[in-house]
Amino acid sequence: MLNDQITMSSDREPEMLRDCACVGSNSKEEHVSSSQLSRAGGTRPAARGTRRVRGTMAVSVSAALFAAVLAGCSSDSSSEEPAGGPEKSADRGPITLATGKDTTGTIQDQLDRWNKDHPKEKVTLIELPESADQQRQQFVQNAQTKSDAYTVLNLDPVLVSEFAANQWIDEIPAGDFALDKMLPSVVETGKYFGKQYAVPFNTNAGLLFYRKDLLDKVGAEPPKTWQEMKDTCAKVAKLPEGKGVDCYAGQFDKYEGLTVNFSEAVTSAGGTIVDEQGKATVDTPEAKKGLQFLVDGFKDGTFPKSSITYQEEDGRRAFQAGKLLFHRQWPYQWTLANATDGSSKVAGKFGIATLPGLDGPGRSSLGGLNLAVSKYAKNKATALDFMKYFASEENARTNLEVTSSAPPYAALYDDPALQKKFPYLATLKQSLDTALSRPPVVRYGDATAAIQESASAAMNGKKSVDDALAEMQKNLSAAIDEK
Amino acid sequence: MSTTARTGHGRSWVRRIGIAAIVAYCLAPFYWMVVSSLRRPADQFSNALVPSPVSFDNYAAAFDERNGFGRALFNSLLVAGTTTVITLVVAISAGYAVARLDFRGKSLVLTLVIACSMFPPITMVVPLLELFTDAGWINTYQAMIVPSMSFALPLAVWNLSAFFRQMPAELESAAQVDGCTPAQAFRKVILPLAAPGVFTTAILVFIMSWNEFLIAVSVVNERQKMTSNVIVALFTGQYKFDQPFGTQMAAGVVVTLPLVIAVLVFQRRIVDGLTAGGLK
Amino acid sequence: MSVITPTRRSPRTPASRPARSTRRAGTGRLAAALLSPTFLVLGLVIGYPVVAALRLSFQVSSESIDPETGFKVTRTSFGLDNYSTVFTGENFLRPWWNTTSFALASVTLEVLIGVAMALVMHRALRGRALVRAAVLVPWAIPTAISGLLWKWIFNSEGVANDLLNSKILWSTDGFHAWASVVIADTWKTAPFIGLLVLAGLQVIPGELYEAARVDGASSWRTFWRITLPLVRPALVVAVLFRILDVLRMFDLPYLLVGPRKHSVETLSMIAFQEMSNLRFGTAAAYATVLFAYVAVVAFAFVKLFGADLIGRGTRSQR
Repeated sequence: MLNDQITMSSDREPEMLRDCACVGSNSKEEHVSSSQLSRAGGTRPAARGTRRVRGTMAVSVSAALFAAVLAGCSSDSSSEEPAGGPEKSADRGPITLATGKDTTGTIQDQLDRWNKDHPKEKVTLIELPESADQQRQQFVQNAQTKSDAYTVLNLDPVLVSEFAANQWIDEIPAGDFALDKMLPSVVETGKYFGKQYAVPFNTNAGLLFYRKDLLDKVGAEPPKTWQEMKDTCAKVAKLPEGKGVDCYAGQFDKYEGLTVNFSEAVTSAGGTIVDEQGKATVDTPEAKKGLQFLVDGFKDGTFPKSSITYQEEDGRRAFQAGKLLFHRQWPYQWTLANATDGSSKVAGKFGIATLPGLDGPGRSSLGGLNLAVSKYAKNKATALDFMKYFASEENARTNLEVTSSAPPYAALYDDPALQKKFPYLATLKQSLDTALSRPPVVRYGDATAAIQESASAAMNGKKSVDDALAEMQKNLSAAIDEK
Repeated sequence: MSTTARTGHGRSWVRRIGIAAIVAYCLAPFYWMVVSSLRRPADQFSNALVPSPVSFDNYAAAFDERNGFGRALFNSLLVAGTTTVITLVVAISAGYAVARLDFRGKSLVLTLVIACSMFPPITMVVPLLELFTDAGWINTYQAMIVPSMSFALPLAVWNLSAFFRQMPAELESAAQVDGCTPAQAFRKVILPLAAPGVFTTAILVFIMSWNEFLIAVSVVNERQKMTSNVIVALFTGQYKFDQPFGTQMAAGVVVTLPLVIAVLVFQRRIVDGLTAGGLK
Repeated sequence: MSVITPTRRSPRTPASRPARSTRRAGTGRLAAALLSPTFLVLGLVIGYPVVAALRLSFQVSSESIDPETGFKVTRTSFGLDNYSTVFTGENFLRPWWNTTSFALASVTLEVLIGVAMALVMHRALRGRALVRAAVLVPWAIPTAISGLLWKWIFNSEGVANDLLNSKILWSTDGFHAWASVVIADTWKTAPFIGLLVLAGLQVIPGELYEAARVDGASSWRTFWRITLPLVRPALVVAVLFRILDVLRMFDLPYLLVGPRKHSVETLSMIAFQEMSNLRFGTAAAYATVLFAYVAVVAFAFVKLFGADLIGRGTRSQR
């Protein structure tokens, strides 16, 4: 039995199994060669002799292995760097697509179709953990180890600048893609320093969900400005049905959602976070008005107190329970809040509009996903062809139909059949038309931390709006000007 | 072992309350997990103490063919099981050396071993990933097993040496005089007596490696080789923002319960067997 | 060989003594052999990354953006700048205190609850299986999942607020966030201490209790005089490893409350944050500082409570 173990161990995990054999039992006197025995002191009782011999054996085996491992560490296997951008590459062959989970199987279907037509250039799906942080971590680790495991990356648009600046993704030949058919604001999210590094796969923008039933009762239209919204809330509060219904909420917890909501407040007041030249611009009067809206909302009770902890799902919970009159949310809430299985109290009772602003309609932040090619990947020619196929209008249509993800293609929003199925499409397009990407900063992690830190301090009442914005301006500038 | 349990029947109600309190303490949050997993996905925001209607949709979703959750459970079992067996063997030998042998530098050995449990694991991921990439270990089981072992070894070595040290040394000597080799004496006398310690260490190692996520998520990107923890981390809602809380909780129940049952079965078979052998 | 009881003091013990001195020579080698597998694994998986991280912590990088291409230009040199960043930046004292206070609070609670669990489990005859299964449950649930579970329990509309009839916003910065982490951590890991202490109890010879009972000792006295001293090695090891774990805690506060919430931010979380913002040198410096701190705490703890665990004399009574 032990012999089996040992022979097996020679090809698999030798260090451990052999050690097991050494310690697990003492029934292997037969292994001890006479020379070893004599070295160990032949006159000693056999038991002690074996002990020692076994010891020497284990030590030498371990030492040899350790040396081998160390030798393995020092040899540099990744010395050759793949040369050139994808434009020059003619390499073809199997590739991978690294993306968040394929919940509905649509992605796999699309890959299967590609693989059938390209048997020598098959694409394998690599699914990454759900959380955005985890996905980013995997992408970064892949780049750091210069691994060729991921070929095509499905990236959050805010990461494009960082990945491009670190040269982890290649510039792509913009002319090869149908970028002119896509919404210009969305195409912009794939650019860095005027060059195209990524192709939009899908996009997203915020919408104002409102309780149509209550607005109808007070004869109000969906608000265009924050003031109109507050006025409507005041009227609804006087209704008997308005009891326990709070005015407005967005995503105000201290996480990426706060950056989105703060950016929207500032842009909806006419400001910017970062200007055309890439300088931070949050110490402006417009930015102040934007943050003031968020701060006042908590002070005057426009926002429920608990909304300081809201992420997307917490807000949906409140909205579906009929506790919110207005809610800034991504389009996904449409289907879920319309569910008629008893889980939503507001099914059929709500409408959607574009976000309100200071003096007129507001501007949303952009979400979505972009496709890029990893610098360290092989077979980049295949990767580009695949991206053309994968980000095609036809596939975008399927994705909308099956997963309700917003397509980057402008024409799909005007398609009557799709509009019928997704009544929010027209409104979503309006929102997308004016939407802005979150600040394209190379050190996006530091930038978003600076924004969240100061904005939440102001919203919690720990800092005045002026102090918070001065601090944010300082930290944001520091994040932009690399040291 | 049963002798200690016999002491004093007088205040059995105190004991009963104690048992009830502990069971309640441990199971209340778990109860919430089970309840959450048995709601319809649409009811995931409900705070009702009993799910109504009861639905197994979340379990169906967790075991959806595309998730490969069954396969992942098998992988977890393989990785954690192998880790446990090898870790135990390695740690028993080291623990025995530390507890029973007189050699110089013993405190240094113990210090070095425990020092390996002092570095924050998150900073070790990237160097390990480089190491494993060079060794061609990406997408292999050993890339998960070996790190799990190293995370569990310090505890196992320290714990086992503490237990071995408590065993009366005279027994071992007596056994050797009876004609046992030192190894036999160790295996037939010390090990059975220390069985509760060995077995507890085994449970702890198994659970530690069953729960390992940080390394597993980084060194494996092939579905076929992913452990259940990694698969659960992939669960998303259909629309990206909706969190499939119910399904995640169902997966949690599925990941936890077999572990608990397995431990109970093993306990009966192995520990009670070993201790009985040593004592009677 | 077949009849051996723990208390049997063999009359033949002295007879084995003479053999000892001759055996001694080989002991060092035997010890090396028995220990080498452990060190092989640890050297490979822990040693190499730790050395790599140590090296990285002295590597100072300065970055700039090439105004033409937009590419990042990194210059690296060696120095102590990363450490001065750690100690002079605003992200040290607070996370350090959080790390420490988590350890103090959680470990204290866990010891109390864990020992109580062990005592009850040890004494329980009926319902023993049930208790053991129950105790395993919290520890067996992966942190990723129990973090989620507690996050929903501590949601503003969650069941914790329902039961307490309160409206606490648990995930906002403040004492309550800190407390929620301590609660979740204690719940999860008290069983760890419980199980190890239970194992310690099980190897105590039952005769000792019998003797104490015959002497008429109260159960409180028995606990302090017999039980506690005898389970001390197991308890010390359990607590020591819990301290190491809590001091390095990362995933629970991260999942339950979230990153950048200052009242629950630990040193590990800061190291992670630096790493995700690609400041690997600073991250490594944080990790090294934490490592040193953990080492000091562990050393002090062992000196105070577990000197016999690392002492050279294996069995001082002999």
